[in-house]
Amino acid sequence: MDEKTLPQIVGFLCKWCSYAGADLAGVSRLKMPASLIPIRVMCSSRVDPIFVLKAFLAGADGVLIAGCHPGDCHYQSGNYYTRRRFALTRKIFEELGLDTNRIRLSWISASEGQRFVNVVTEFTENLKKIGKNPVKAEVFL
Amino acid sequence: MKSFKTHKSPDDTIRDMLLFLLENKKVSSIFALSKVHNNNYAYTLITDKELLKNITPTFPLMPANAGKMISRLTMIEAVKSPVAVVLRPCELRALFELVKLEQAKLDNLLFISFTCGGVFPIKTKKDSVENALKNYWTNAKTGEDLQELRECCRICENFVPDNADIILQLAGKDIDNGTSVLMKTEKGAGFLNGMSEQFSEESLESTALDTIGEIRKEKKQKIFADLKTEDFGIEGLVNIFGRCINCHACSKVCPVCYCKLCYFESADNDAGPSIFEIELKKRSALRIPADTVLYHLGRMTHIGFTCVGCGMCSDVCPTNIPIATIFTKVSERVQKAFEYIPGKDLEEKVPVSVFEMKELEDVED
Repeated sequence: MDEKTLPQIVGFLCKWCSYAGADLAGVSRLKMPASLIPIRVMCSSRVDPIFVLKAFLAGADGVLIAGCHPGDCHYQSGNYYTRRRFALTRKIFEELGLDTNRIRLSWISASEGQRFVNVVTEFTENLKKIGKNPVKAEVFL
Repeated sequence: MKSFKTHKSPDDTIRDMLLFLLENKKVSSIFALSKVHNNNYAYTLITDKELLKNITPTFPLMPANAGKMISRLTMIEAVKSPVAVVLRPCELRALFELVKLEQAKLDNLLFISFTCGGVFPIKTKKDSVENALKNYWTNAKTGEDLQELRECCRICENFVPDNADIILQLAGKDIDNGTSVLMKTEKGAGFLNGMSEQFSEESLESTALDTIGEIRKEKKQKIFADLKTEDFGIEGLVNIFGRCINCHACSKVCPVCYCKLCYFESADNDAGPSIFEIELKKRSALRIPADTVLYHLGRMTHIGFTCVGCGMCSDVCPTNIPIATIFTKVSERVQKAFEYIPGKDLEEKVPVSVFEMKELEDVED
């Protein structure tokens, strides 16, 4: 991927932690690559693996799921279920020869504006190295 | 395990058993595979003992997954009076998964099953199945591979129905010299109490069954290796699922694909002009029907843990995609990661419905 074009990341951010963390990064005027397309969900466990696949097959270079740290879920245990489902999605990716580096699960709390920036920057850099999502080259998907 | 022997064929033994249960009012009805009309086989509920002559429980054909059929009967409430259910091991496992998912109830059901030699694909002509029966039973005894069977059956290692109440030894046994009936549970023994005078002890474990397991395991490894799913990537997926015509038949017959409102059939998934336009801007072309890869991958994430490998999906696929083989392979990997065997234990929860506080730290970043 050439330096100028940024990878596109679809991010599912939980309303209570990660989305608030992203907000904090914004109001703190922290700089980060403009690669993330955020989608707010009420809880990271709202993210059906189908959402991840849909974004991936629609050509997103990366898909990020972000939620509260384990133990901090606004709904007590939502993020634990997210983690299991994510593990399942990853296994399926592995088994079918899809790149697991394109999907990522991160815990970002409402106070971690800097961590949000770090996660997005790091993920973007990684995706730059991997290159474009091969799905984009498949015309008849 | 308490057991008794008969000098009859498996089907006749089951008929005798069911007749005994019906006559003594131990059960009110029978759920079993029957020959209906000319050359048609279907699952049936029977209350009249005269109709028992029609049932063919061991006929190697699975017109529908009985687990799903029982779920349809018991979803809203459990059956009121006892029903004897004759089904195959994978169907029983599917039913157990459905019970965990609150789609079926087991109360008042008596399960009769057998060590399974596999079934022929639904599309096989019925008379050619009948002609192949002799061959089928010879191979079922030794475990030798029979190419005409469902691929899923040829590689199935879970052919012993651990959760049935009454088990007939078919695969791994010489059925020409009579049939042995094992009472796996107290419940099973209670139902058959008084049917035979001479009870003996017999174990479900035998070298013959182990040999069949070994042969199938070897076959499985070979078939899975030939499939090369790891090399699919997006290109391979498009290549294999590009044949899909989006009929959703595989999900209709799948016992564990149970949602009443399927995402893939909902309006969410309708591609209106606005969606087409976005896609066309991106790719300047669009396959129609769209999203066949998404459909199959999505289904995989939904049933990965619960897939019992019955092979119904491959059977009904009009474009002959080896769905069952791909799904069994992927599911096996997923299930192994969580040390989960679907349908084995009612108490063991489906992995996505439970969690542990500390686990899977390697998937987080």
